[in-house]
Amino acid sequence: MRLPRRSSFKRSALAAGSVVAATSLLLSGCGSKATESDSANAASCTDTSGPTIKVGALNSLSGTMAISEVTVRHAIDLAVEQINGAGGVLGKQIQLVGEDGASEPTVFAEKAQKLISSDCVAAVFGGWTSSSRKAMLPVFESSNALLYYPVQYEGLESSKNIFYTGATTNQQIVPALDYLKEKGIKSLYLVGSDYVFPQTANRIIKAYAAANGIEIKGEDYTPLGSTDFSTIVNKVRGSGAGAVFNTLNGDSNVAFFKEYTNAGLTPQKMPVVSVSIAEEEVGGIGAKNIEGQLTAWNYYQTVDNPVNKAFVKAYKDKFGADKPTSDPMEAAYVSVYLWKNTVEKAKSFDVKAIQDNAGGVRGPGHHQRRKSPHHQDRPHRRDPPRRADLHDLAVARTDPARPLPEDVPVGCGPLQLRWMS
Amino acid sequence: MDVLIGQLATGLSLGSILLLAALGLSLTFGQMGVINMAHGEFIMAGCYTAYVVQQIISSAGASLLISLVVGFVVGGAMGALLEVTLIRRMYDRPLDTLLVTFGVGLVLQQVARDIFGAPAVNVVAPTWLSGGVDILGAVVPKTRIFILVLAVVCVAALATVLKVSPMGRRIRAVVQNRDLAETSGISSRKTDITTFFIGSGLAAVAGVALTLIGSTSPTIGQSYLIDAFLVVVVGGLGQIKGTVIAAFALGFLNSFIEYSTTASLAKVIVFVIIVIFLQVRPQGLFTVRTRSLV
Repeated sequence: MRLPRRSSFKRSALAAGSVVAATSLLLSGCGSKATESDSANAASCTDTSGPTIKVGALNSLSGTMAISEVTVRHAIDLAVEQINGAGGVLGKQIQLVGEDGASEPTVFAEKAQKLISSDCVAAVFGGWTSSSRKAMLPVFESSNALLYYPVQYEGLESSKNIFYTGATTNQQIVPALDYLKEKGIKSLYLVGSDYVFPQTANRIIKAYAAANGIEIKGEDYTPLGSTDFSTIVNKVRGSGAGAVFNTLNGDSNVAFFKEYTNAGLTPQKMPVVSVSIAEEEVGGIGAKNIEGQLTAWNYYQTVDNPVNKAFVKAYKDKFGADKPTSDPMEAAYVSVYLWKNTVEKAKSFDVKAIQDNAGGVRGPGHHQRRKSPHHQDRPHRRDPPRRADLHDLAVARTDPARPLPEDVPVGCGPLQLRWMS
Repeated sequence: MDVLIGQLATGLSLGSILLLAALGLSLTFGQMGVINMAHGEFIMAGCYTAYVVQQIISSAGASLLISLVVGFVVGGAMGALLEVTLIRRMYDRPLDTLLVTFGVGLVLQQVARDIFGAPAVNVVAPTWLSGGVDILGAVVPKTRIFILVLAVVCVAALATVLKVSPMGRRIRAVVQNRDLAETSGISSRKTDITTFFIGSGLAAVAGVALTLIGSTSPTIGQSYLIDAFLVVVVGGLGQIKGTVIAAFALGFLNSFIEYSTTASLAKVIVFVIIVIFLQVRPQGLFTVRTRSLV
């Protein structure tokens, strides 16, 4: 028999409801806090004696970033499978230890520590948002471990413990701005997610705009995972800007583009240039809502070379013919091969030996001649993304742009920009 | 002027979305007092119902209307199942219910991820809902007008059912005084299942509507759950009209603050205003007055 309910029950339920709301806010609010880690534990516990070598993969398989990061995990899986099929690294089979970063920077830091200290992996591949990388950075530095980070980022950071295989701003954002300038765009509206990458990227965009006589009509940020863009689209419409520069990440892009199209804005009236939407995200947004808009990346599925053809074919064979490949996936795939090549060149899994021997690797996108030890040379391309029929690239530069992470400023002083011409 | 109209329309639209998301919760949380953290996942179930129905029926218009009905049944069935299996066993332990349903929510998210994949899927909006309507210089997307109409229809239907139908009378009787209702021969157990079915079904209807404006991903419910709780708490437990007024008040507040500040700051300011409001009126806008002595 059920106990009779007390009348104070509703009040306590109400209070508990408020607590729930407050707690969830706190949880999402403290996302970018870096985790303290034990700096004494710098010696690696990696076991190199057996027939296998452990490496870690740390991507968000849940949460708002899963839309993007699951594909990166697939690319890592594919690279590991191929390397194992071809005899492994230094005769050892790679054993991949997968972890879910859950779209939370604190979870990334925690799982990174777990991969390094309890799984004793030789290297970790993963991360997407800059907040997640910033949270993992102290962990990798204090434990002297290796992270291969596969996504385009805002620069201002170059750690000897991180290999950045994605683009720096001068390889992606600045060329995109050059393109808009060539097209005669006189003003921009900046829309981004509220965290480190969009905020920093927009500072660089604003500096470029000031130097090139482009007017910034407005700048708006929404929390990651935000799904209501009617106010921002109203503001964008009213601003009369020549183009929108979009640094939104994750699911928010879907809501933004649906709202944008429904408000009657078209690529002809006001084009949107996006730097965090790749082929995979187009499926969720709906090709109709994004057709004709611009993206800026260093790699597209349609890149025409034999290495890429083999990569795309292998990926589709493994994960399905309707699954596209994208820039961060290519960078993640390449990063596993980069690690393998470096290990073989150094003839050791030792962190110091890998840092000293970091060389180049020929990836699906292009020849990656490495001029900067921790970054990749990447050509940039712009393309309206299409899912069903990814056509050949409209603009492709043949000379790879050198990464210049050090050229973007530190601190809040006046910006100075240089880029490859 | 057109900015003012545009923001008024945005506020109205945001209010109607909040209202749809919170309407089911105002039944299960507001009337029954169950803190159901899996409410967001019932919204998500509605989104994926719309997706599945569209895979079967290719006509976007027909599939939207069919999904509204199918979604209500799917969401309702899931809610009723949850009530029978878990929530029923812990009616007097609100904090336990909170944790258990939170866990159920996580499980449902993972199930969706395993079935449909982590990347968002796209539900195509019917052509008669694409584009916008020009109202005095401001363009209001037709999808948002549809959601507003749907919210009004849902509120009207729910209010009518609660007011005139025998089932509605039973629900109200159990809400006001469970013991007295039981002694009058009403099966409070059956009534609980019905209430939960309707509440969860309405959440799924909200989910079907949300596919028109946002992404359909396993985490979609989470982004609406907190807002839904806030609407019900501000509106006051136990009354639909409180929920309606609170939803539109929060919608207008948010849209105008966001226009003059930024999206992130607007959220903070709205939360601060809610905290202050709840200090002054902890019971919310409206409460059910009874002659109960305790």
